[in-house]
Amino acid sequence: MENSKVNTPIDPRQIKGWGVDADPENDPTYPMRNRMNATQDPIPKNRPDNLQPVDTEVLRSVERPNISAVYGTPEPPKGLSGMIRRFAFRYTENEYLHWLPLILADRVNMVEGLVEDLAKGKVPNIWAEKGYDMDWKYKRGSLILKLSVLTAITAGATIWLSSGSKKSKTYKPKYKN
Amino acid sequence: MLAMEYRGPRRVRAVQKPMPEIKHPQDAIVKVLRACICGSDLHLYNGNVPDTRVGSTFGHEFVGEVVEIGNDVTKVKVGDRVIVPFNIACGECHFCRQGMFGNCHESNTEATAVGAIFGYSHTAGGFDGGQAEYARVPYANVGPTIIPEGMDLDDAVLLTDVVPTGYQAAEMAGIQKDDTVVVFGAGPIGIMAARCAWLFGAGRVIIIDQEDYRLEFARNYSYCEAYNFREIGDPVLFIKKITDWLGADCVIDAVGAEAQGNALQTITGRKLLLQAGSATALHWAINAAKKGGVISVVGVYGPTDNLVPVGNLMNKGLTMRGNQTSVKRLLPRLIEHVQNGTLNPKGLITHRLPLEEVADGYRMFSGKMDNCIKTVLLPPTVSL
Repeated sequence: MENSKVNTPIDPRQIKGWGVDADPENDPTYPMRNRMNATQDPIPKNRPDNLQPVDTEVLRSVERPNISAVYGTPEPPKGLSGMIRRFAFRYTENEYLHWLPLILADRVNMVEGLVEDLAKGKVPNIWAEKGYDMDWKYKRGSLILKLSVLTAITAGATIWLSSGSKKSKTYKPKYKN
Repeated sequence: MLAMEYRGPRRVRAVQKPMPEIKHPQDAIVKVLRACICGSDLHLYNGNVPDTRVGSTFGHEFVGEVVEIGNDVTKVKVGDRVIVPFNIACGECHFCRQGMFGNCHESNTEATAVGAIFGYSHTAGGFDGGQAEYARVPYANVGPTIIPEGMDLDDAVLLTDVVPTGYQAAEMAGIQKDDTVVVFGAGPIGIMAARCAWLFGAGRVIIIDQEDYRLEFARNYSYCEAYNFREIGDPVLFIKKITDWLGADCVIDAVGAEAQGNALQTITGRKLLLQAGSATALHWAINAAKKGGVISVVGVYGPTDNLVPVGNLMNKGLTMRGNQTSVKRLLPRLIEHVQNGTLNPKGLITHRLPLEEVADGYRMFSGKMDNCIKTVLLPPTVSL
């Protein structure tokens, strides 16, 4: 492969496939081209014949009347994050009260995941899960800098907190009424 | 079976999970032969997509071999090798019958704004994805397409998303012969969109990014001009200058929520999550387009709000289009393009990793390390 920053002018017509899909009618383009409204659609409410049995908790958007004919099953809502998700699904997709609690639930779920791992006697290998081997291989300087800053902040915070707690223990008011 | 598992923002691992099961008569179980990490997986990886549950398996770009089918499956049989489009479509609802297979109304209970996508959070239906040894594939009569005889699996796996999305990005831009097309983002989708712009007769294709290695790749792969926005000053002004002060006829946003280049957008969109991601590329797209031009959005944003200059969209008479790609609609034409050598999808692949090293794969792709463009994951049953 060439390795230069030079943009060499080319004749587009020399490029294999140039213009083979050009379509003067492509304006407006897909999906407007095939658009039909409900009255033009002979069966606008058509659904697949078979519906996946609902044998797990599925959170349903209040903007649709039913559970879709198939749905994903892997991680039903559970725990505190599940409670937050159930709350979120009381609101429409048009409201922040739907989306922001879901983001909060994701963060709570992350902590639940850690607790779940530990409860099973599994200590997560954070270094491996974060793929830090790649940083060590390709961005070692940046990784060392990040870890150093993190260590310094942690150490600083620890010292500050411990000195603060000593002061509070030894604090004596200068003046008494 | 071995599968990728999400544990929280920027934490993933490969673990043993239960085998997927047939849950609906049109389901198939597919043994995965190739799976990719997509740029849009990074939105999940970074924890930016609401309702991304711990324990989920990502992966919406995969091909494999059918190993089990439900009672109603007639279009594929056990042993068939199939391209699995990234979106799950019933083929019967109001939207599928308009060819909008990326907007199916019968596969996602949890949101109406988006159809179902394999391994893309519960907001996109809650289906486990293909970064695993096996995957459940609903509506096997509709989505899975048999891989033509002789087609390389590396080409096939990129027909699940990258090629159709790049192609639809160019298609939605309404490119007319000799138009100037600007593509923001030189990731795999942007590079493919730039390549496909020529198929619609573009007269000039320009790609903008900040990674020199990706720009160099795009120059060679997509035959386009490539510029680093860190070196050209204001990218909008730069585009105006090189287009006779008019702007581009068509602009494609192939970046989405992870965009860099504007501190306000980055802080509010990516760090504080006050927006549904950083909308820098879309902001630039609106301002770089010619009056009366077309903006095509295939970059993925979250479901809440973004700060973009809507006033300019109106005042300039722009048309903005976007959609999840209708992979099934496009596959026949794109398979032809691959078979006759017009498109070379596998040329995008730079890295191949065993599924066991999925965490390294995400980190490398996310950090743009080792000149990474596209990473393919191989389950243990497949040799590197």
